Amino acid sequence: MAAGVPCTATKAWVCWGWVGDHKDLITSAVRQHIELTVVAVAIGLLISAPLSLLAWRRRRAAAVILSGTGILYTFPSLALFGFLIPFTGLTFLTAEIALVSYTLLVIIRNVLAGLDGVPAEVREAARGMGLTPTQQLLKVELPLAVPTVMAGIRTATVGTIGLVTVTALITYGGVGNLILLGLRKDFRTPLVVGSLLSLLLAVAADLLLLGLQRLLTPWTRRGAST
Amino acid sequence: MDAAGCVYVKFFRDVIAWFADAEHWAGADGVPHRLWEHLQLSAVAVLIAMLVALPIALTLGHIGRGGFLAVNTANIGRAVPSFAILVLAQQFTHDIGTKPAMIALVALAIPPILTNTYVGVRAVDADVRESARGMGMTGSQLLTRVETPLAMPVIMAGIRTAAVQVIATATLAALIAGGGLGRYIIDGIAQQDNVKLFAGALLVALFAAVTELSLGRVQRVVTPGGKTAGRPVVAEVGPAGGVAALPR
Repeated sequence: MAAGVPCTATKAWVCWGWVGDHKDLITSAVRQHIELTVVAVAIGLLISAPLSLLAWRRRRAAAVILSGTGILYTFPSLALFGFLIPFTGLTFLTAEIALVSYTLLVIIRNVLAGLDGVPAEVREAARGMGLTPTQQLLKVELPLAVPTVMAGIRTATVGTIGLVTVTALITYGGVGNLILLGLRKDFRTPLVVGSLLSLLLAVAADLLLLGLQRLLTPWTRRGAST
Repeated sequence: MDAAGCVYVKFFRDVIAWFADAEHWAGADGVPHRLWEHLQLSAVAVLIAMLVALPIALTLGHIGRGGFLAVNTANIGRAVPSFAILVLAQQFTHDIGTKPAMIALVALAIPPILTNTYVGVRAVDADVRESARGMGMTGSQLLTRVETPLAMPVIMAGIRTAAVQVIATATLAALIAGGGLGRYIIDGIAQQDNVKLFAGALLVALFAAVTELSLGRVQRVVTPGGKTAGRPVVAEVGPAGGVAALPR
């Protein structure tokens, strides 16, 4: 539109002229994408932490928490939007409620798997050293569970980055807005740029978190992770 | 407070009225036709994905090669947003409607089936495999009579994951001018018709839940030794997350 040069009117996959003219649009889309993802994963963690501990301490609670978050997880995202929009509108809040819902199961399941994976001897030794259950959890079990927990956070983050493209339907879609723009105008450049950026963001986030995981667990340098 | 409450009561009355309206049950935009479109699109996509993924994954699992490929297709599948696949498929086929949607859905359904099948076959106990060999089974007998039946629960978990994911994404297919129940949601958002939007969401959620539950039942039926036998690594692979939650 703004450019009006030939390649914006063609079926070329990428029209660099358009990209050059819309740097601001693209940058703000990326920024929004990161913002939506970071907020969703952070809130997801805040909600998951107490739920995980509750599930860990009480097996009966675990069944309820896992099946509850499991239902949220398998819920089709568009249906969730459909339930929320009549009440919360096309807002940041609606997008975040949906995004957060999908992070819970993955994080909680991995925290539990991580804690479950702590060898019984280690637990025994910790108790033998006179650690209280809380100390045992904080000083022994949680640190050992870090790789698995981090794997969950990575999965949740990558999943959220993908889902943010869909929240474009409620106007908060980060680079998904570019994809939607391309679809609406039948113009390939923003569509390709948006798709590539979301893939790039997912890979970058995954690697960043993997790096963080390595830093947090220097003792697992060899093997284990990924 | 009271006014807000009234608004909600009215809203739900409107939703009920929407379902009671005979007009919404007839014709091309009626619930039965939309449901049929949705079902047809999803079922065909999952069947095609099975035809593609099962032979490859069973073979790879049997010979114990290509694990990297099998596991990573799922990871890559997870990183590429389904929305992008859908829209790109539309651009590649120069078409709108069912064809691009089908391509995108098949592409989405393959990874979970491929990965679960591979993982399931590989997870068969080495001793079991050894004794089957010892009984003089050939490679193909081993695959069809031992490995596949034992891997069945995990394979079914993969199919279930794929099916639920396909149903969810088929909703999105309405965006590229496809039919299905997603029409109500996409049109509801576009027309700011919250009643239609909510009704569509209800239908999609119901359809996904029924699919999930019935395939879950099938999964339990094909599990040798009842409910618990197939669980270990297995349960971590489903539901809907692909290998998502597999802590590795």
